[in-house]
Amino acid sequence: MSAMAAIPPFERFYLEQREIVLGFLRKRLARDAAEDAFQETFLRALRAYDRLEHGEHLRAWVLTIAARIAIDTGCRTRPTAHELPELQVVDGRPAYAEIEHLADRLPPTERAAVVLRYAYDLAYDDIATALGSSPEAARQAASSGIRRLRAQTESPPGGTS
Amino acid sequence: MNVTTELDRRFRDAAAAENLLDVGFDVVDSPIGPLLVAATSRGLCRVWFKPDPEQQLDSLARTFGPRVLRSHASVEGAHRQLDEYFGGRRESFELDVDLRVAAPFARHVLEELSRVPYGQTTTYGALAARVGAPSAARAVGTVMNRNPIPIVLPCHRVVGANGSLTGYAGGLDVKERLLRLEGAML
Repeated sequence: MSAMAAIPPFERFYLEQREIVLGFLRKRLARDAAEDAFQETFLRALRAYDRLEHGEHLRAWVLTIAARIAIDTGCRTRPTAHELPELQVVDGRPAYAEIEHLADRLPPTERAAVVLRYAYDLAYDDIATALGSSPEAARQAASSGIRRLRAQTESPPGGTS
Repeated sequence: MNVTTELDRRFRDAAAAENLLDVGFDVVDSPIGPLLVAATSRGLCRVWFKPDPEQQLDSLARTFGPRVLRSHASVEGAHRQLDEYFGGRRESFELDVDLRVAAPFARHVLEELSRVPYGQTTTYGALAARVGAPSAARAVGTVMNRNPIPIVLPCHRVVGANGSLTGYAGGLDVKERLLRLEGAML
């Protein structure tokens, strides 16, 4: 078993991710809004940074934060509801919150792929960038994550069969 | 997509203003070369003579926490006072220091060290005597060697019993230069 990646000093994390985060936000928001969202993304990341347990998937993590801020800014560009036949919005919670919650039990790569694809509507190219993999590998991770989620939903832990 | 200097500065200033950092640092110029200066919310915590962020940021993160960010605002006061010192306009630093990671003996020695006046020198043995451990000159030497905040905590003012400069993390030439700046007799 290999050790989990150590959490890098925030400076290094910021230098490695800032261009990708800004590019991601500029695709979805007007310039000024993207710059505000950029600052808010890294401030939120900073607030949570000392509670991280390891340094894995930091790009996916920060893009998740950026995506949530872009959505909260109210300038979401593409609907995703039609892609989510099995995952309903429950009790008025936004779909992304529900998916993040459901995906908690998935292996990290599948979880990141599912959340970025279905909760935040990232294209597979962006998810591949986030995961450091190919778009095809990102698509497969999202797809096997969804299969696993469906299996879990059909037979919940502790439930009778 | 390139992050503009202005956007970058806005984020760094906001992070410092919101007190979100374990450590803020910057690399500042000085007549003895660039210095990496770092501070926590308690005060100045590190000064390095030869900035090597790759290794030094890891050290700061291990010691104080991972939220380490370059932020001039965090070290502005220290930078200004260092400039004044190098310009001969300041003889003592008025800065809080964060020595939380120093062992009790080292902290005691460093506190005593901070009382050695500008332009004067003392010896390892004399400093050992001042902390009540007259036979611990060698241990005092080790504390000087590991001084996390050189210049501000003036280990350059501590010399061998025979007056030789002995050693300095920044190099003996820097030690001599600081003592000459202060007008100390060599």
